[in-house]
Amino acid sequence: MKSFIPKEVETLWTLFTAPTVWALHFVVCYATVAVFCAKRLPASFTFDDVRVVLVVVTLLALAMIVLSAFLAWRQWGFGSGDPPHDEPTREDRRYFQGFATLLLSGLSFAAVAYAAIPLIFIAECQP
Amino acid sequence: MFSRPAAAATNGSGRMNNDRLTGACRPIRSEKNCGPPAFQSRCRRFIRPFISSLLSCPFLIACSGVQSTLDPAGREAADVAALFLAMLAGAVVIWAGVAGLLFYAARQKRGHSEKGAGQLILWGGAIFPTVVLAALLSYTVWLMPNVRPWFQGEEGRMRIEVTGEQFWWRVRYLEEGGNVAFETANEVRLPIGERVVFSLKTPDVIHSFWIPVLGGKMDMIPGRENRLTLLAEKPGTYRGVCAEFCGASHALMAFTVHAVEKPAFETWMTARRASSGAQDAEGLALFLKHGCSACHAISGTEAQGRIGPDLTAFGERGSVAAGTLPNLEEHIARFIRDPDRIKPKVLMPHFSMLPEAETDRIAAYLKGLK
Repeated sequence: MKSFIPKEVETLWTLFTAPTVWALHFVVCYATVAVFCAKRLPASFTFDDVRVVLVVVTLLALAMIVLSAFLAWRQWGFGSGDPPHDEPTREDRRYFQGFATLLLSGLSFAAVAYAAIPLIFIAECQP
Repeated sequence: MFSRPAAAATNGSGRMNNDRLTGACRPIRSEKNCGPPAFQSRCRRFIRPFISSLLSCPFLIACSGVQSTLDPAGREAADVAALFLAMLAGAVVIWAGVAGLLFYAARQKRGHSEKGAGQLILWGGAIFPTVVLAALLSYTVWLMPNVRPWFQGEEGRMRIEVTGEQFWWRVRYLEEGGNVAFETANEVRLPIGERVVFSLKTPDVIHSFWIPVLGGKMDMIPGRENRLTLLAEKPGTYRGVCAEFCGASHALMAFTVHAVEKPAFETWMTARRASSGAQDAEGLALFLKHGCSACHAISGTEAQGRIGPDLTAFGERGSVAAGTLPNLEEHIARFIRDPDRIKPKVLMPHFSMLPEAETDRIAAYLKGLK
């Protein structure tokens, strides 16, 4: 198990993992549908195929966000201490960042799920 | 206490001392209770909400009428109204909950544990809104195909081309092949129960075509042709408007919508094709003499101008100057004399130099066109 999960790193960049995944998911969804509807590919590739592709992309994005949330949870010490983590210590900085990353992951999860809701209902490309 | 006013009403004294009759205070109330000290406390408590709800009554007129989204006459508009009411009901429930919580928090003397407050914030501030928004989003996206129905091609569908001009509407009824059957202006007539496809265009600036009782709005963009379909379900006369600011007379750019039964619509189409403005030769002569035909067309005559609104069967129209004034001879004459006073920045020049009698005669001629 341990080999699959990345080692804990101390950098600010991990904070942005989930929002970055959210942004990429958003771009991929919109660009794919826009290009598909503009190009009108042959009938062998239907809108339902686009739907399936984007559902897979969505599931991948959600999985990455869940992973990011798990890493953040670990960084937060699995919730061992309560916020606000405002002591000027190295540990509190780590906990603070972990907690912030966890909250951002939650927001990104909801946002990716919302962006995917139209996939269920959109019928077709409209003229 | 409850029997006294009732007895007063039945003993035939004739005095309006029964509060149920006078409408004062609560349904049953004795004179003693309505005295100044009691008035301060009890009466006012019930009169105030009564008066304030009375004051808000005028706003209810917005719930019906020829231009109300809340009084739908078409399928798309009915869905829009349903969406609005669902959102309103949900908003009222949430508002009541939050307001209740506010009162509770303000009056509660005994504090709650920090843990309890944290739980409330987590559930009430994060999880509940997320779930509610997901439900609302799903409902709205699910409703979208109904509000803007998807249609494939125009075969067999009735088509009307509407062009937004500054500041009026050019309306062309198209035949099956796409040729123009005839043109009219500032008035759209639709058969009920039949889906109509509108081709929306404009040569000048962005306008937006909106018939609130029939459905959502759609922009008209220079260089583009936008399509919108509407299905009228209830016969009646409605009002459409321009919903995108387009210039000085944007607010004076409306049109009449007649939703009529299919046979009546067919009859009108036939009559409209045969319409001719040549019956009143004297009026027509004046119309031509003063150059009106440079911009205006009247079928069955030499007047074939295409710059301004087509005036064929003008007498039947619901309004003068695109929904600005009722269609009366005096209004037509006023418009001819000085259109800019009625519609600022209108393209039509003034004709105040014409003799008054001739302007009146032209107005009478136009009003007589059927």
